[in-house]
Amino acid sequence: MKFIRFLKECFKVIVRGSHRYYIWLAFLFGVIVWGSTGYIQQIKQGLLVTNMRDPISWAYYIGNFTFLVGVAAAAVMLVIPAYIYNWKPLKEVVIFGELLAISAVIMCILFVIVDVGNPLRLWHMIPGIGTLNLPSSLLAWDSLILSLYFVLNLVVVSYLLFNHFYQRETKKRLLNTLILLSIPVAIGIHTVTAFLYNGFAARPFWNSALLAPKFLASAFCSGPAVLIILFQILRKTTTFEIKEEAIWKIAELMAYAMFINLFFFAAEVFKEVYSDTEHLVHLEYLFKGVGENRDMVMWGWTSLIISVIAFLLFLIPATRKNVITLNIGAILIWFGVYIEKGIALLIPGFTPDVLGQIYIYRPSLIELKISAGIFAIGFLIFTLMTKIAIAIIFENFNITSLKKKPA
Amino acid sequence: MSIKKTIGSTMKLNRRTFLKASAVASSTAALAACGSKSALDEFLQKNFRFMSKQEIGEVIQRLETQYAQQYGKEISVSAKEALPETFFGYALDISRCIGCRKCVYACVEENNQTQAPQMHWIQVLEMEKEKGIDFMDANLYYQHEEVPHEGHFYLPVQCQQCKNPPCVKSCPVNATWTTKDGIVVVDYNWCIGCRCCMAACPYGARHYNWGQVELDPETINPDTHYLGNRPRYKGAVEKCTFCIQRVREGRYPACVEVCPVGARKFGNLLDPDSEIRYILENKRVLILKEELNTQPKFYYFYGT
Repeated sequence: MKFIRFLKECFKVIVRGSHRYYIWLAFLFGVIVWGSTGYIQQIKQGLLVTNMRDPISWAYYIGNFTFLVGVAAAAVMLVIPAYIYNWKPLKEVVIFGELLAISAVIMCILFVIVDVGNPLRLWHMIPGIGTLNLPSSLLAWDSLILSLYFVLNLVVVSYLLFNHFYQRETKKRLLNTLILLSIPVAIGIHTVTAFLYNGFAARPFWNSALLAPKFLASAFCSGPAVLIILFQILRKTTTFEIKEEAIWKIAELMAYAMFINLFFFAAEVFKEVYSDTEHLVHLEYLFKGVGENRDMVMWGWTSLIISVIAFLLFLIPATRKNVITLNIGAILIWFGVYIEKGIALLIPGFTPDVLGQIYIYRPSLIELKISAGIFAIGFLIFTLMTKIAIAIIFENFNITSLKKKPA
Repeated sequence: MSIKKTIGSTMKLNRRTFLKASAVASSTAALAACGSKSALDEFLQKNFRFMSKQEIGEVIQRLETQYAQQYGKEISVSAKEALPETFFGYALDISRCIGCRKCVYACVEENNQTQAPQMHWIQVLEMEKEKGIDFMDANLYYQHEEVPHEGHFYLPVQCQQCKNPPCVKSCPVNATWTTKDGIVVVDYNWCIGCRCCMAACPYGARHYNWGQVELDPETINPDTHYLGNRPRYKGAVEKCTFCIQRVREGRYPACVEVCPVGARKFGNLLDPDSEIRYILENKRVLILKEELNTQPKFYYFYGT
């Protein structure tokens, strides 16, 4: 009963807002509708409306999925120092990291759904009803662990906000157990997603033991980069509070993660270039082009260069603590990892294909439309949840304040 | 014990009916467009591997009615099981193949692949004699007045029917498996279309129906098998099945029959007197990408 009341009051919070808030919502709804028209077309005509074909059978959708799994895993980035070391400035904002994780996982699931040829048959994957291929299929594992991560974060966040709303003490032990559990699960979602690629012996570009560690390192950069930007936007536009030192701390941790990411990349480049086997061709396709085909080269170098610049900006304390360079760094990291996961991981992995043929892929307008729609859904969910969380945490929105007001 | 059992089974029943009901409810909206009972039956159809004989019979009846409506002619769908004591193998004589691609088109005719964009289960690669079997320098799109082209040889690649198939391992829903007679098959009605198997296959042998399946009713092959050449669906994966509809009737695959130079050999690996066993014993065979441990049952050899 109490929970229904809580949900009702939350609903009231999200429908009330400033002009800016309504414009933002209208914009998101617009993009969602625009994206939906693309999806309707895709449902009617099939994935033929994308530019994926047999040689490149996964592309932009699955690239976005991979990137967003990293963003989702990043909530842990804040959880670890905040809870284990009881570091206060971060602890206050951890919940927003978790809200981001929830939104990101929803986007992940949507990207898988739009990529699947028969979405109505997805019930075949439900354990006990369908025939989930465990333990051998990595996609089966991925679906399970992503669901678990989603539920965990949802429970933690609802529990925190619910108790905050009713001004009750949280059961520390229960909460801490759940939060501690979410750490290995966050690492798990990204590891299993990496293993999904890693396990294909047919694709040497992914079949490297460094893939999962590299996924984690890059996620520990991109997720917090999104958070740094979001926190500042929230601080400007709402009553949300975050201490400068918390942001600097996040930026410092990102610098370490980026260093590890770049080091892993260098190790892979050395192995491929020095041994100079036929597997080198995929890396060549990304940074040099194969024959006439230089489609990927721009992306490969852009991603690498901006990642290095961002690393330097975050490494040097002066640029890390300067608002402008900090934000430039965060945006660069975001783009760097987005290109790396969204484009530079999948396309060169498939090119040349297993029979040595080259198919040039560029996302179609419909792929871009649908992806924009999914991002808008994610942003919408994040906006609404954040609005509730800010009201409860910073704006004294709770049961007593409601009681004081005349109904 | 018996009470427990009864409770268990009723619970199971309840859960099943509940799940079935909820599945029905959630999909009603989507299916409303089709509106018919057969669409609902199709949606709720089980995985072929776990169907009873009776259920298979019902499904086949539904499919045959559906195909007759769709293509305006009678299309028979067989569910014939594997013959006893058979385990199929294939051998291809690289020294004979001239790269004429007759096999490619005979396969399309026999197996009802979609026409737009045209799908080929057999990919013939042109390779330079000097380089040997080297995929990175292979050309799939060769166009010559005459074949064989000077200085080149040809390597047709289709499903290698691996004993250790990475595609089967990767499928999240068990929609693909190896039959008793050694054919890797797909249940086109169970495949969700995630394309993991396509990323997993080292031979590019799996193909996807990117758009609506387009078949010419005039040229459609009406003798089909459930796991083979029956008309397929948008959004599902398919592949070479050694012409399961033929070989389970004791016939040769279409590509073997059509090859003008007799480069293609097929037979039962368990039969010591078969041609395939003769080749394995008397010729030196090779398999593609042996380092991946896929253990193909599709062998290549140099006959002359």
